[in-house]
Amino acid sequence: MTVTVDTTAAAALALGDDALVLSHRLGEWAGHAPVLEEEVALANIALDLLGQARVLLSMAGDEDELAYLREERAFRNLQLVEQPNGDFAHTIARQLYFSAYQQLLYAGLAAGDGPFAPLAAKAVKEVAYHRDHAEQWTLRLGDGTDVSHDRMQRACDALWRFTGEMFQPVNGVDADWAGMETAWLESVGEVLRRATLTVPEGPRTGAWAAGAGRQGLHTEPFGRMLAEMQHLHRSHPGASW
Amino acid sequence: MVTTTPLEAELLRVAGSVPDPELPVLTLHELGVLRAVHVHGTDAVEVELTPTYTGCPAIEAMSVDIERALREHGMRDITVRTVLTPAWSTDDITDEGRRKLRRFGIAPPRVREPAGPVPVTLGPLRTRAPEPDPADPAPVRCPHCGSVDTELLSRFSSTACKALRRCLDCREPFDHFKEL
Repeated sequence: MTVTVDTTAAAALALGDDALVLSHRLGEWAGHAPVLEEEVALANIALDLLGQARVLLSMAGDEDELAYLREERAFRNLQLVEQPNGDFAHTIARQLYFSAYQQLLYAGLAAGDGPFAPLAAKAVKEVAYHRDHAEQWTLRLGDGTDVSHDRMQRACDALWRFTGEMFQPVNGVDADWAGMETAWLESVGEVLRRATLTVPEGPRTGAWAAGAGRQGLHTEPFGRMLAEMQHLHRSHPGASW
Repeated sequence: MVTTTPLEAELLRVAGSVPDPELPVLTLHELGVLRAVHVHGTDAVEVELTPTYTGCPAIEAMSVDIERALREHGMRDITVRTVLTPAWSTDDITDEGRRKLRRFGIAPPRVREPAGPVPVTLGPLRTRAPEPDPADPAPVRCPHCGSVDTELLSRFSSTACKALRRCLDCREPFDHFKEL
């Protein structure tokens, strides 16, 4: 297979949109996190993701135009990252699922010599902190009180059907998708079991699972998120600080 | 091998003496983010700068400060380019930088075991020594009193590159520059 410039740009768009959208969702916690330390932690994770998004979207075109002037159908992010923050447990479940995936993906890309290797080598170390943060919270909430356990279980169950999409191959991204999925199931399963949680059993792929974000089909909350994210730029074209 | 001219070495020193916008006790040289300076002609210069974290917002302020310093040094056409390879690591912070961080009240990042030859010895045959944990090479010392008895309060702190800890001896909270 010949990897063309266009293929790389399309792949950069998919990975960049994941980072951008999750960054925005995490930014929504600013001013609302349960404690100050979490406020800072979630904002820092969002900032790391925004940095990755800027590098990736710049490989696909003009970063601002791509972020602020595309319509919903033109975004290529996973449906998982656009899911609303929900309660804190939902945010942590989303973080656990996604950071475990991103860590495996970047580790693989960093080991290769493709166009994403330089970014992946840098970002994989940042993502290791994101994953650790999500893992520690999953353990605390899962193995915490009855209420925190129930909420964490509910969150893990609710987001489970979005996790199959992560391993649909992205054209232009040189990764061992099947191997990544096996490793992901093993590592996430291990964290959930240690947190006294049950690994969800619902379908992750097929008719009853979700996931067509890479094809530009998104869930209902995404449009509202975009409206908020793009409002300022669209209302005041060319505005700057 | 790429050779550096005396002018490039001088400009690297000038750019390297610019203070970090978020940690002004450190210079960019001590932080280890300046990769190279290339001079083209008499007054055109290209600077290669690498970010600490991919999303580090300080990189733009650094670029502006470098430009100003080099302009004052007679350069006219200045380009600051961000490079990602080789990726910055906290091991790039100089020894002097580590000393300054500690004086500033920030626990410096711990140095990882250098890659390369390691002494191999025959271990005890009947008992098992604990495996060294590569993720936790040494205790984090309190920058105020030097105690190793410190605890993690939050994995993220005032900037992406720091964690918040507390000393269990002098009870002072402090920032720890996370290993990356």
